[in-house]
Order: sequence, then structure tokens, then C-alpha cells
Amino acid sequence: MATFRIKRFNPEKQPEPYFEEFNLDIADGATLLDCMNEIKWTLDGSLTYRMSCRSAICGSCAVKANGHALLACQRQGEHLLDNDDTITLEPLGNMKPIKDLVVDFTPFWDKINKVKPYLEPKDEAPAKERHQSQEEFRIIDDASTCIMCGACYSDCNTLEVDDNFLGPAALAKAQRFVGDSRDSKTLQRVQDLSEPGGIWDCTHCGECVERCPKPARPFDRIKEIMTVALENGVHNNNGARHALSFTNSVKRSGNLNENRIPVESMGFFNIPGLLSLIPIGLRMLLKGKVPPVIHHSIDEVDDVKRIFKELDQ
Amino acid sequence: MKFALFTGCVAKGATRELMLSTTKAAEGLGFEFVEMKSASCCGAGVVSEKSPLLADALNARTFSIAEKQGLDIVTICSTCQGTLKKTEAHLNESKEYKEKVNDILEDGGHQYNGTSRIKHFANILATEEGMARLKSRIKRPLTGLKVAAFYGCYVLRPSENSDFENPDNPTGMEDIFAALGATPVYYPSRVKCCGFPIVMMNKDASLGMSGNALVDAIDHGADVVATGCPLCHLSLDSYQPEIELLQKKNQSIPILHLPQLVALALGYTPTQLGMDSHIVSTLKINQILSGSVSSSH
Ligand code: SF4
Ligand code: SF4
Ligand code: SF4
Ligand code: SF4
Ligand code: FES
Repeated sequence: MATFRIKRFNPEKQPEPYFEEFNLDIADGATLLDCMNEIKWTLDGSLTYRMSCRSAICGSCAVKANGHALLACQRQGEHLLDNDDTITLEPLGNMKPIKDLVVDFTPFWDKINKVKPYLEPKDEAPAKERHQSQEEFRIIDDASTCIMCGACYSDCNTLEVDDNFLGPAALAKAQRFVGDSRDSKTLQRVQDLSEPGGIWDCTHCGECVERCPKPARPFDRIKEIMTVALENGVHNNNGARHALSFTNSVKRSGNLNENRIPVESMGFFNIPGLLSLIPIGLRMLLKGKVPPVIHHSIDEVDDVKRIFKELDQ
Repeated sequence: MKFALFTGCVAKGATRELMLSTTKAAEGLGFEFVEMKSASCCGAGVVSEKSPLLADALNARTFSIAEKQGLDIVTICSTCQGTLKKTEAHLNESKEYKEKVNDILEDGGHQYNGTSRIKHFANILATEEGMARLKSRIKRPLTGLKVAAFYGCYVLRPSENSDFENPDNPTGMEDIFAALGATPVYYPSRVKCCGFPIVMMNKDASLGMSGNALVDAIDHGADVVATGCPLCHLSLDSYQPEIELLQKKNQSIPILHLPQLVALALGYTPTQLGMDSHIVSTLKINQILSGSVSSSH
């Protein structure tokens, strides 16, 4: 017998959410969604959640199970049992619960719309289709697999502390068009995406890659946008300056010169940014935590320089 | 046991106490760590923003250096570990890519074959052999000390590159703490990101993340947080006085590098491990261990 600990919420009856437990025998091979249906159909008809396809296609059924977002129809109940034979179900994170496991996706969709998720073609539509080579398609193939389930958005560590962040799904969608060989607005797109709330606010936590039920893997897509932004000369922001300063340091010495990176990332003319570095710098200085002033290169740094040169970096 | 030590840059720079304590921990455990002096920076997932191929070529060169010595690589930084493993995964994904990278390495006399494993210090300890060795050498059990792990997200995700058994709910670090005689503290934020990668881009968000994690650890009764990543340490220790959430609650918590915690139990003194160089005082740890103050919770 398994226990389902489900977070219940119905603001019309009670302002605070609470946990309710249901006991159920998990049928052989039953998905988590099958179990939820069983509870709804046989134990409590008021249990509320979204579902449709039952085949990991529609993206409706994402919930948090044991603290992590997943598609309820894609996982077997049996595999999710914790040590106490319990599965804890909660609504997705980073969005407002409406009722039980249903959350309000409005900010999610607003952000998808913000990245202009449509082709802005280079020229008039041809009589027939616009051609793409296999190689061209491969660049946008992974991002195209997103089913808008919101699992990534739910667990994103930056979104937990900053609503302004576009978030993984919108950025993965953005890559779908930044990388599209038929699109005419690449530069404009990467400029917009380099603004605060965009690619450089991603904290690399990898949650979105871990939660994504498809090959879309947003963080990988975000890194691809970063590379395109840097290639297109969109350098006037702390994220881009940081990446360039970091790479240049490795080119010069084979390792990181921690004294230069903060200053170069802020930009030499960004006085408030530079002033904000003083407290940490001072604290570290007083504790002798400042990196050696004379920055040493690694042994055989010439070979590292050769690799940079060979790759035109 | 002999390993090629990939120090990473920060252990030689802003967190030299990590290098110091790693040397002591290795000595105390009877590990031989040979420093890879010609290895380049792993790129920290930042060089790959500029050029993924460049980052992979540099790291493949690092692998080749260890392969020539016939040694597995040990890292002391979650970010290094995650970044190196990502390159390893890329190299093993396709034969063409591996050949392309090896062509770049050739003129420097290097070649990647994939014969050296890459392991984080925690993953060397969290094996049966590591644990047995640890337990047999403890001189000063950390009895009464409540230790909260902060893993460093790069060492957990993507999970297919992680050596921890269940990266969503790992126990490797906590198992080590228990072996040292300490009491592990489990709290949800232990597997989250500390926010360090965006401290230059979005400081409020960055310090919001580290603040939430530390408050979570404190609320769950921790006396100290131990991390396997010097970048997490910068975020959690060096930036701690600027974390508003803690300021408001008038709280603070010392942060140790994993090798410091291990070496403490092996009998080294806090000064030998550079614990006096931290921004947040570590005195409370000594007091708890010497019994003059009981664990705060
Ligand atoms: S990697 Fe970036 S986008 Fe993905 S969940 Fe983490 S912060 Fe969010
Ligand atoms: S990127 Fe993945 S996790 Fe995010 S909405 Fe799309 S399919 Fe779901
Ligand atoms: S991750 Fe950081 S510490 Fe590790 S090698 Fe790279 S720059 Fe150095
Ligand atoms: S928690 Fe922060 S510093 Fe640590 S590995 Fe993750 S991003 Fe890096
Ligand atoms: S019900 Fe459609 S994805 Fe689960």
C-alpha cells in the first residue's frame, strides 16, 4: 500500500494549503497520472489537476513529486516511492496555485510571448516551402521539442528569487528562432535577450536540464544563445564582459586572474558597479584572501596559447 | 592511492586555504595527490559560452596530461568537476568530435584516449575503500557538530555526469560527515545553486539564493555548512556579510571546505587548515568540538 501525500488548496473554502494523505495500491506499471486518476475516481472526486494526452505529448500534467517537477504521465508510480512508501505531490513551483495541483501559467506564457516566438523571415514567402538543410535544422531541432509543460520553470533557481527572469522555457524557445537560418532578426533577438532578465541572469543550476522531459534542455540552449550573442558583438553587458574577460585570462596565463575578472566584468566606466565591488574586496584583503598580485601562468602555457590561436580565439 | 590533482584556479587564488587543507587531508589519509601544474583552467562553463570547442579542447588537453601519468584525476571544486565531466561527455558522444579535438591537441603532443577517470574529492571518500580509510585514521571525531552539506550544483547536474548515486537526493557528503563523527543535517537547499555565477550580473538574485540556502541550513539546526566547491565558498562565506536576509535576522554561520572538515577530524588544527582566513569566524566550531559551547540548537 502506497501513501500519496497531496498538497490541497481551495481558496474558496480555506485560505491556506494543507496536506492530505490517500492510500492506494499501485497497479503494476501504473503511471503517476494513473494513480492520481484512481484517487480522483475512487477516493475524492474534488482532487484537481490538469491532464490530457497521457503520453507525454501535451505537457498538461506536470507536477512536483517529492520536491521535483516531472510529467505525471511519463513516470511509473512505483519508481517514485520514497523510503516510507510515500509520494509527496505538490503544484509546480514559481507559479501561483489556483486549486490543488493546478497553477496559473500566465507569467509563463507572457514570457514565451516576450521572446517573439515566431519566424521573422528574411524575404517574401516563396511559392513553395522555405528550405532548410539537415545541418541548419539540427541547430533548432532540440528546442523545437519543447511541449510547454513548465517543469523547468517550476524548478528554476533564478526564478525563485527574481520574477523578472525570462526563465528556461522562454529562452529555449528564443534559441529556436535565434538559430533559425530563415530568420532575419538574429542580431535584434540576441540584443534583447542580453538585457537584464535574459540569458546572463541564468545561474547555471542545471535544474531545467534535469527536469525537462524532452531533448529541449533549456540551459544547453541558453549557452548556445550566449555564443551567438558574443559572436555578434553584443558585448555591452556584465555577462558578456565576464565571459570575454574570463576567456582572455585563460588565453594569457592558462588560468584565471581573479583580480581582473570583477573589474573587467563591471566595465571600466561603470562607476556604481565598480564601487559595489569595494566591500567584498576590502573584506578579503583584510583576511589575506586576495589572490597573488603577481599572477602566475601555468606550466607549458605556450601550448594553451597555441590552441587558442589554432581556433582563432 | 595516487591521483593527479586538478587544483582549479580558485584554490590557488582567493581560497588558498582550500589548497592548504587538501594537502593536509591527503597527507592524513595517505593519499598521494600529484599537482597538475601544466593543466589549464577548466573554463567553469564560461569559456564554453564563448566557444564550446575551445573549452573542450583545453579540457581534453588536461585529460591527456593525466593519462600520460597513468593517473585518475581528483578535483576539489564542484564546478571544475561538472565542467570537466561535461567535456568528457562531449568527447565520448561522437567519434568525429573526438578526432576533431585530438587534431587540435596533436601539435602540442597531446591525445585524449579516455583512460583516466575524473572524480571529485567527495566521491573518492564516499567509496567503501575511502570510508574504511577515513574511519581508521580519525584522531578527533567531530562529535556534537551539526554539519549541513552544500554540494555545489555542478557536481550533481546533469545527473548523467554525476558520480553521486541519487543526485536529486544524494547522501555522499552526509555519509562522510557521519563517518567523521559529526551529525549530518538534511535540508532542501543542499542541492541548490548558490547563485555565484550571476553575482556580477544580478547581485540581488545571487545573494537571494545564497541567503535562502543559509537560512534553510540554520533553520534545520546546522552549526556549520561544508561545501565541496570553492566558488560556493566565496558566495556563502566571502559575500555573507552582504546577504540581506541574514543581516535582517542577525544570523551568521561558518562555512568550511570539505577537506578542512575532514582534516579537522584527522587531527589537524584550525590554523593549519587556514580556518582563520575565512570572512565568517570559524571559532564556534572549535568551541563546540572542545565542549566549551554546546551545539547551538
Ligand atoms: S540553468 Fe538557468 S534557466 Fe535553467 S533552471 Fe538554472 S537558472 Fe534557470
Ligand atoms: S523546455 Fe522542457 S521542461 Fe521546459 S517547458 Fe519545454 S518541455 Fe517542459
Ligand atoms: S571552475 Fe573555477 S576553480 Fe575550477 S578551474 Fe575553473 S575557474 Fe578554476
Ligand atoms: S552552487 Fe554555485 S558555485 Fe557551487 S557549483 Fe553551483 S553554481 Fe557553482
Ligand atoms: S497528460 Fe499530456 S503530457 Fe502528461
